[in-house]
Parts: sequence; C-alpha cells; structure tokens
Amino acid sequence: MIEVSGVSKDYAKQKVVALDDISFTVNDGEFVTIVGQSGAGKSTLVRLLIAEEKPDKGRIVVNNWDVGLIKKKHIPMFRRQIGVVFQDFKLLEKKTAAENVSFAMEVCGRSRREIREQVPKILDIVNLSKRADLFPHQLSGGEKQRVAIARALIHKPKLLVADEPTGNLDSLNAWEIVQLLLKINELGTTVVMVSHNREIVNAIKRRVITMDEGKIVRNQDSGKYIL
Amino acid sequence: MPGFLRVLKFGAENFWRNIWLSVATTLIMVVTLFIITTIVILNLLANVAVDQVQKKVDLTVYFKTTAQEDRILEVRSQVQNLNNVETVRFVSKDDALAQFKKAHQDDELILKSLEELDENPLEASLVVKAIRTEDYEGISDFLSSDRFSDVIGKVDFQENKDVIDRLVRIANTIRKGGLAVGGAFVVIAILVVFNTVRLAIYTHKEEIGIMKLVGATNWFIRGPFLLEGVFYGIIGAAITLAMLYPILNAANPKITAFFDGQSFDMVQFFSQNLLWIAGGMVALGILLGIISSSIAVGRYLRK
Ligand SMILES: Nc1ncnc2c1ncn2[C@@H]1O[C@H](COP(=O)(O)OP(=O)(O)OP(=O)(O)O)[C@@H](O)[C@H]1O
Ligand SMILES: [Mg+2]
Repeated sequence: MIEVSGVSKDYAKQKVVALDDISFTVNDGEFVTIVGQSGAGKSTLVRLLIAEEKPDKGRIVVNNWDVGLIKKKHIPMFRRQIGVVFQDFKLLEKKTAAENVSFAMEVCGRSRREIREQVPKILDIVNLSKRADLFPHQLSGGEKQRVAIARALIHKPKLLVADEPTGNLDSLNAWEIVQLLLKINELGTTVVMVSHNREIVNAIKRRVITMDEGKIVRNQDSGKYIL
Repeated sequence: MPGFLRVLKFGAENFWRNIWLSVATTLIMVVTLFIITTIVILNLLANVAVDQVQKKVDLTVYFKTTAQEDRILEVRSQVQNLNNVETVRFVSKDDALAQFKKAHQDDELILKSLEELDENPLEASLVVKAIRTEDYEGISDFLSSDRFSDVIGKVDFQENKDVIDRLVRIANTIRKGGLAVGGAFVVIAILVVFNTVRLAIYTHKEEIGIMKLVGATNWFIRGPFLLEGVFYGIIGAAITLAMLYPILNAANPKITAFFDGQSFDMVQFFSQNLLWIAGGMVALGILLGIISSSIAVGRYLRK
C-alpha cells in the first residue's frame, strides 16, 4: 500500500530538515501508528502521503501512485483513493453533519441519488445517524471527528491517513475514535495514524513507527510508545 | 463538463452570499458597458456626420463669361478623364440663370433688375465630385493651373474643406478620447470584478481546502468563481441593454435634428441591429468577467 524509500524533505528557507532519509513499507490491510516528539516530521510525512507536497529526495509510492511524479491533473483521482482526517476536523460550520458529508460527494460529481442513498449509510458506520442534522457547534469533539471520518469514507478509500485524530479529544472520546478506526481497518481499509496518546498506542498492540528529528528510530510490530 | 448545473449553483451561491458587493460589482459593469456603448454610438454618429458632409462636398469650376463653348467642352472632357473624379456635371449659362431665378422667385426686385440686363450675367460651371475627399486638393490645383487661366474664372472649394477638416478632427478626437475613457473603464471594471472574485475565493477558503482534500476536480473548485465573473458580465449587459432603449428613444429627436432630419434614425438603427448589439454587449460583458475571474483564480487558486 505504501512504500517509502530514502525520502528526504527540507524546508529550505527555514533551514529545517523535516524528513531525513526515511524508508518503510506498509502492507495492505495494516494498521500503523506513527509516534514522535513534536517537530519530528510526522505531519510532513502525512503531507507527502496525500500528495500535498513532494519529496526532495527518494521515492514514495502510495496505492501504486508515485507521489513524486504524480501530475497535477491526477491528484483528484489519487485523493479519491485515500481518506484523510486531521486533528482540527476541518468541518464546515454552516453545514450540518449530513451536509458536510454530502458536500464532499457533491463536489466530486456524485449523482444526487447516490448521495441520498450513501450519506445515511456512511453516517451509520460512524454511528452518527441520530446527529445527522446537527451543526458542528452542536456536536461534541468526538462526534465532530466522526463526521470528518465519515467524510473521509465517501470514496470507500483503500487507505485512511489520520494526523493526530484524537489530539483535541478527552480520553473517552479518543478511545471511541480509535475503536472506530480499528473497525474501519477491519472492514479492509489500511490505516496510518499519527498519535501522541501513549495509552492508546500501547493498548491497541499494532505496528508502531517512532520518529525523531526527521528519522525513523524504531519500527516495531505490536509496538510500544517509547520516546 | 461534469456537474455543470452544480457548478452553476455554487457560482450563483457565491453571487448571493455577498449580495451587496455583487450589486456594486454589477453596477460597475453596467457603467463600463454603458460608457463603451455610448462611445461606440458617438463614433458612429461622428462617422455618419462626416460621411454626410463629404457627400455634400463638391468642387465648382466657374468659367469666365467670355469662355468659348468648345474650350469649355475640352476642359470638361479633361476633368472627366482624371481618374480620381467620380462625376462631372455641366451647368450651362442658361441652367445657371434658371436656377438663380428659381432660388429668388419671391424676390421681385432681383428678378426685375435681372430682366433689365440684356445679357445673362451668370457663368457656366462644372460641378465636380471626387472619389475621395483627399483628392479635391489635387483637382483644384490642376484646374487652377495656367493652362486653363484663359477660360476658368475661379475654382471654389476652400470653404468646404475647412468644415470637413473640422469634422474629421472632431471625429478623431471622439475616437481617441473614447479609446482612452473606454480603456480606463475596462481596467476599472476588471479590477473591481477581480477584487470581488478574490474576496469570494477568500471567504471560501475552507470549502476550497476540503474540496481539494476529498479529490474534487479543478473544474469543481474553480468553475464557480469563473462563472461568478461571467454572471457579472451577463447581468451587467442585460441591464445596460434595458437602459439603452429608453435613453436612445429620448435622445433620438435631438440626434435627428442634428442631422437636419436627414436619413439617420438611431432608434431604428438600434432596433435593426439589436441582435448584433445585444450579442456584442453580452460577449463584451462575459469577456470582461472571465478575464477578471481568471486572473483572480489564477493568482489565488493555483495549487
Ligand atoms: N511549511 C513549513 N515550512 C517550514 N518549516 C516547516 C513547515 N512545516 C513543517 N516545518 C518544520 O518541519 C519540522 C517537522 O514538522 P512537522 O509538522 O512534520 O512535525 P510533527 O512531527 O508533525 O510535530 P507535531 O507533533 O507538533 O505536530 C518542524 O521543525 C517544522 O518546524
Ligand atoms: Mg503534526
């Protein structure tokens, strides 16, 4: 699913090396957690995985697309094969939960019938059917993140990338979100999750990639959160 | 273009969301289109005026009363053979007298004194029409030369020339001034629409970010903003057209009077060419709108 080999990325102006020659592989169906200190390069890696930026050196292949070589006009097609979730949810405040999901489908050119049929199903997967018509400010943090995950699922992605999805949540809500991601993973989607939450990372016993100053310092199956 | 209606809907929403700004932008578009139309109409009128005066222009050669018939005919055929001459009309002494009498038929005194004379005091003449106005100068020079001085009394042209020159100058001033003013308003309209679309892009930053994230195509992301510019153009053109008709109707008597009631009816011209005028104006509006929104989209929606 993901093949990263010898990838470096630096922000020339700031003279910062965000990623320094990193390599790893993620197989189809895996659930991988990325941990590391603040500034270790985790979000930079996420931006590369979703083709928001290109590597300076090395090769990064996601779902058979070479991110370094991908053409601008192919990026929409590429993005429709991956789902992305962020710490700050990125929901539209003026739209309800259901509308946030259907907006994403609308702008991707889905038919109205399809949208009408799919949105309730997707909201059901994230267990938000009862909150469908509420606006983000009427939802709890966990619920907001579930709307964001619902939106990431509209294309039935093969890969879901989550950058600190629980960063803004209390531990109970964080747990619910991680349970949801695990459920999505069980349904066949590969999940890459950046996390700062030691308890959760240790409890789920999945692969952990530890980063420090742009390098991978540990890459363990059923790993622990060690910094 | 997939989902054209949906993109159209998003574009219309952009328009409505900030309705007062949209109204102001549309107004600027109307002012610009109106001014450009006015300039075009003024140009048209100036050209018509120049044309009409030029049509009236001719050069008259008055023969001396002593000139012999065969010599007159010779001059006439020489003039006719000049290749920049369109027509030559011969007015004999008798024709001239008849014209004079007709012109003064109510004036007993003049007619009486004319009869007292035992000879026709009027000269025979040639009325020459050149193909182009510029040619009169050369024809005049040709006829004023020494070889005709035995028969030709005077060549009458100078007067008209000044009138024409003045008119052509006015027409040129209108054209140049129009170009400058029109150009300035085009720039203003483009800047205003550009700024409005830029603002719309700015207020939709979140949506745009999400659209990119979920894999919306460029058409879905940019289309609404491009169409917003087109809306300003179309609506502006429609309002301008609606305004133009009554204004022309009101101005028409004055325009007709200016041309001595001669053969030029602005309203009729407008009605006859409505399709062209409307099409041109809408096209111009759309062009202005799309140029502005393209610049805004190109600058602020690149990635
Ligand atoms: N757009 C940018 N311009 C310049 N420098 C950047 C940019 N983005 C990130 N960096 C730098 O790159 C390094 C890695 O940043 P990154 O955001 O990937 O860290 P992170 O591991 O996600 O940290 P956190 O846990 O705080 O989110 C940092 O030193 C950061 O300052
Ligand atoms: Mg980060």
